[in-house]
Amino acid sequence: MYDMKALYEAESVQDAIRLRLEHPEAQIIAGGSDVLVQMREGKRSGKELISIYMIDALRGVSLDEEENLRIGSLTSFSHITRDPLIQKYCNVLGEAVDQVGSPQIRNIGTIGGNTCNGVTSADSASTLHAYEAIVELTGKDGVRRIPIHDFYIRAGQVDIRPDEIQTAILIPKASYENTFGHYIKYGMRNAMEIATLGCSVNVRLSADRGTIQRCRIAYGVAGPVPMRCPTAEATANGQRPSGELAGRFARAVIDDINPRDSWRASKAFRQHIAVEMAKRALTRAVELAGGEMA
Amino acid sequence: MNKVGRSEVRVDGFDKASGRTKYYEDRIPAGALYVRIKHAEIAHAMVRSIDTSTAEAIPGVVKVLTCFDVPDLPFPTAGHPWSMDPGHQDVADRHLLNRHVRYWGDDVAVVIAENEVAANQGVRALKVEYDPLPFVLDVQKAMEPGAPQLHERFPGNILKHTDLRKGDYQAAIREPGLIKVEGWYDTPTVQHCHIENHGCFAYEENGRIVVVSSTQIPHIIRRVVGQALGRPWADIEIIKPYIGGGFGNKQDALYEPLCAWCTTQVGGRCVRLDCSREETFVSNRVRHAIRFHIVTWLRKDGVIAARKVECFSNQGAYASHGHSIVAKAMGSFPQHYPCDNMECDAWTVFTNRPAAGAMRGYGMPQASFADESNIEDCARALGMDSYEFRKKNIMPQGFHDGFSGNTNYYDSYRQCMAKGAAYIDYERKKKEFSHDTGDIRRGIGVATFWYNTAVYPISLETSSNRMQLNLDGTVTFQCGETEIGQGADTAYAQMVAEAVGLKSYRDVHVKSCQDTDITPTGLGAYASRQTYVAGFSIRQTADILRGKILERACQETRQAVGNMDIVDGMIVRKNDDAPLMSLKELAMTAQYDPVHSQHITAESTYTIRNNAYSFGCTFAEVEVDIPLCKVTVKNIVNVHDCGKLINPALAEAQVHGGMSMAIGYGLSEQLIFDEKTGKPLNGNLLDYKLSTFMDHPHLEAEFVENAEPTSPFGTKALGEPPACSGAPAIRNAILDATGVAIDRTPINPHVLFAEFTKAGLIHDDWREEE
Repeated sequence: MYDMKALYEAESVQDAIRLRLEHPEAQIIAGGSDVLVQMREGKRSGKELISIYMIDALRGVSLDEEENLRIGSLTSFSHITRDPLIQKYCNVLGEAVDQVGSPQIRNIGTIGGNTCNGVTSADSASTLHAYEAIVELTGKDGVRRIPIHDFYIRAGQVDIRPDEIQTAILIPKASYENTFGHYIKYGMRNAMEIATLGCSVNVRLSADRGTIQRCRIAYGVAGPVPMRCPTAEATANGQRPSGELAGRFARAVIDDINPRDSWRASKAFRQHIAVEMAKRALTRAVELAGGEMA
Repeated sequence: MNKVGRSEVRVDGFDKASGRTKYYEDRIPAGALYVRIKHAEIAHAMVRSIDTSTAEAIPGVVKVLTCFDVPDLPFPTAGHPWSMDPGHQDVADRHLLNRHVRYWGDDVAVVIAENEVAANQGVRALKVEYDPLPFVLDVQKAMEPGAPQLHERFPGNILKHTDLRKGDYQAAIREPGLIKVEGWYDTPTVQHCHIENHGCFAYEENGRIVVVSSTQIPHIIRRVVGQALGRPWADIEIIKPYIGGGFGNKQDALYEPLCAWCTTQVGGRCVRLDCSREETFVSNRVRHAIRFHIVTWLRKDGVIAARKVECFSNQGAYASHGHSIVAKAMGSFPQHYPCDNMECDAWTVFTNRPAAGAMRGYGMPQASFADESNIEDCARALGMDSYEFRKKNIMPQGFHDGFSGNTNYYDSYRQCMAKGAAYIDYERKKKEFSHDTGDIRRGIGVATFWYNTAVYPISLETSSNRMQLNLDGTVTFQCGETEIGQGADTAYAQMVAEAVGLKSYRDVHVKSCQDTDITPTGLGAYASRQTYVAGFSIRQTADILRGKILERACQETRQAVGNMDIVDGMIVRKNDDAPLMSLKELAMTAQYDPVHSQHITAESTYTIRNNAYSFGCTFAEVEVDIPLCKVTVKNIVNVHDCGKLINPALAEAQVHGGMSMAIGYGLSEQLIFDEKTGKPLNGNLLDYKLSTFMDHPHLEAEFVENAEPTSPFGTKALGEPPACSGAPAIRNAILDATGVAIDRTPINPHVLFAEFTKAGLIHDDWREEE
């Protein structure tokens, strides 16, 4: 039995906005795989909840008029993984969210919840950062779109205003076009796991596949919020893919990331695997793009 | 024998698979009150005061009880048989709630409420003031002079020290030319992680207290609840329904005494106490972390000249099963690899950690890890293949242990190892893997374990059961050895069908639910004894029942008793196998006889004054990703000589479960504590890395079926043995792959990172720049 004060069920986005304004203390709940766990632990006990779970308009993946990938915030992880548009344009995202928890969690958990929770370990977060995703928020004055980098304010806190809910995540066409990515989740076991470190790399190769035109890399758990690695990216951009390059690229992430020491893993260990994962993820992304590591 | 030795479907299989089976929570009457416990958030302290006023004001809260309210009746909790010898009784160091907090998570108060939310709110609203005391988590530190003291009666925190001496170790090590192999081996605090958390409910009925509990040991729980409440033991009725596993955690009085006391404080109303997973991790029992120091002296020809073994067992805050566990661990060393000169010592030491109790293997997963790591290192020091070294030194056929009376009737170890080596293709792979030099390297490892089945002669071994012939010719069977998921009821059904002469094991109705008012007294499920010990009393009671049946048949058929037999549910004449009458006809005729009506039942008790060795091994093949500090178990096989299999399919399942636990023990599981506060950090199923089936390869279970001569059914232990040798086999495989010997479990990526860095296998240049 959960210790909740009240549960308000939103029937539409507008209804959710109204409830947000009427109950400013209330917590938004979607699939509940984070919120209910926190409530059980006593962290959110006695709180009011606004459920947006019934708003079907927020489910599904589509291409908008500019051919940007649009992922409704309530789309579950398992739907994302199996979605043909995701598989065609941004397969790495489907693979990443397929590593969340367990099959049950992947059926109930949503990509909106995964990002709004604001945690650095979210399996979707590093890939969304590496693809420079846009977060769509809807409030009383309409729609606001911000880069995912700006959406994360600090650990556990994201940029949602008191009248807003997150309604979609967009991946711009310029971001996914001719781009191939690979995600590596490092955990202490192969299922039911939270990432010790998550690393997502994507590349766009030149037409002859001899040059990396654009390389992007982002980590989860390498700092308080998910982060890109500009130094490492600069090392790889415009270069010919090779084992030697992968080594230099990977070594460069040390200058970008800032993992912490905790009982879950030491800083030195996280740095060590970050380098190895960058090397392997870049190598795999180049292969997926049809290139060869010289 | 044709009813045993077959892979029959479990007698409880359909109900369990279809969700009909009733566990304690399914039996709770409507309106039961919720008991929730306030656990101390400090590792060592005296409770100065508890302000209950806010909690008591919460709507729905019925009563708040604190450590200042409980009776001063210290009681023991270990699920051991009672001993009439006071010197052999378990340490009584528990109270229902504690003023002296001895670990983070100790029980200081309870809130009883109409619903769960109010009970939890009440617990959060309690304000506890403590007078903090210094605390200690490590065994060696707890033994130092001036260390914080946990129990007045045990100075120096030493619960017990025992030793074993054989030959003259000190003289033996002076032999010139000996090679010394010394190591310290550390095993972690782990938790059982059975699927169903412990819980129970209690109410008063006609002046007595009924407790329905998720336990392995109902008859022992009756005694402990009686002791804790200061009531005659027969005032207590314990009912044990189906349970979702126990692995030894529920071989202890957990919260039955507290729950029973709570009902007496609310006028006998039904109260329920359900542990959360977090409470299960910290406030139930854990497996003893045991640290071993082993010094082995070898002759160049591979003979072990002398051995010294020191075992330091971390008991945690309360005695529970206490010294029994490390005593068993220590006792294995002189037998596993017999050697003429041995010096062994074992200490059990209190620390401010959760209380350690029984857990699958009872000291042997720890001992096996230490022993088999050291033996591996011995082989390598000599330049011998470790499998060959084991074959040379391990217990021979005919070995006899005077204390237990056990004899190694067969060459079990060598037979098991030969089978394991063949399955895993040891010779070929060993050679092939030795060429691996890159980032990814493969290795193969072997380990064995020593085990014995039951607890004789240390404790009483008794088994009672009752058989009732039903009017349809079937038999209803009751005994005190409990079904805890291992499949005991199915094994009993097969043995009873065999021993009585029924047509099918389906003609035996096993009353799975024990009720101490009704069920013949037994000791429950522990050690690896249920099938072995129940076998003795099943054979005996079946003989009594058969005698009664044949006597009655003699009246009905005028054939001599000695000329008849019971075969497949029919009474037959031995001379010509002619069927005389069915058991149904006999039962009906006897019951409804207007002059001499007879209800045919039998009941007996058998005191088992035997024990039986049960040995085996694991071969593991691993792939080590050195840069990622990751180990993947690619292939693993356990081989057991557990005598004749009663049900091969269930035996295999038992081995699979144990292998899974061993993989977790070897690679990932460990309860960790904050050094600064003593707080457990990962007492939940996310942060405690229980291995999942995604972390396992195919688990291969094989058997060597040497009939155990002491058992009426030729069978012996298989409950715990599968959990014993997996971790050291994996450790030895990692050593084989990388050349790095890791002397602790779990061998997780953090440990591998440190060890590989030390060994120069990985090198992070930026760490020098920082």
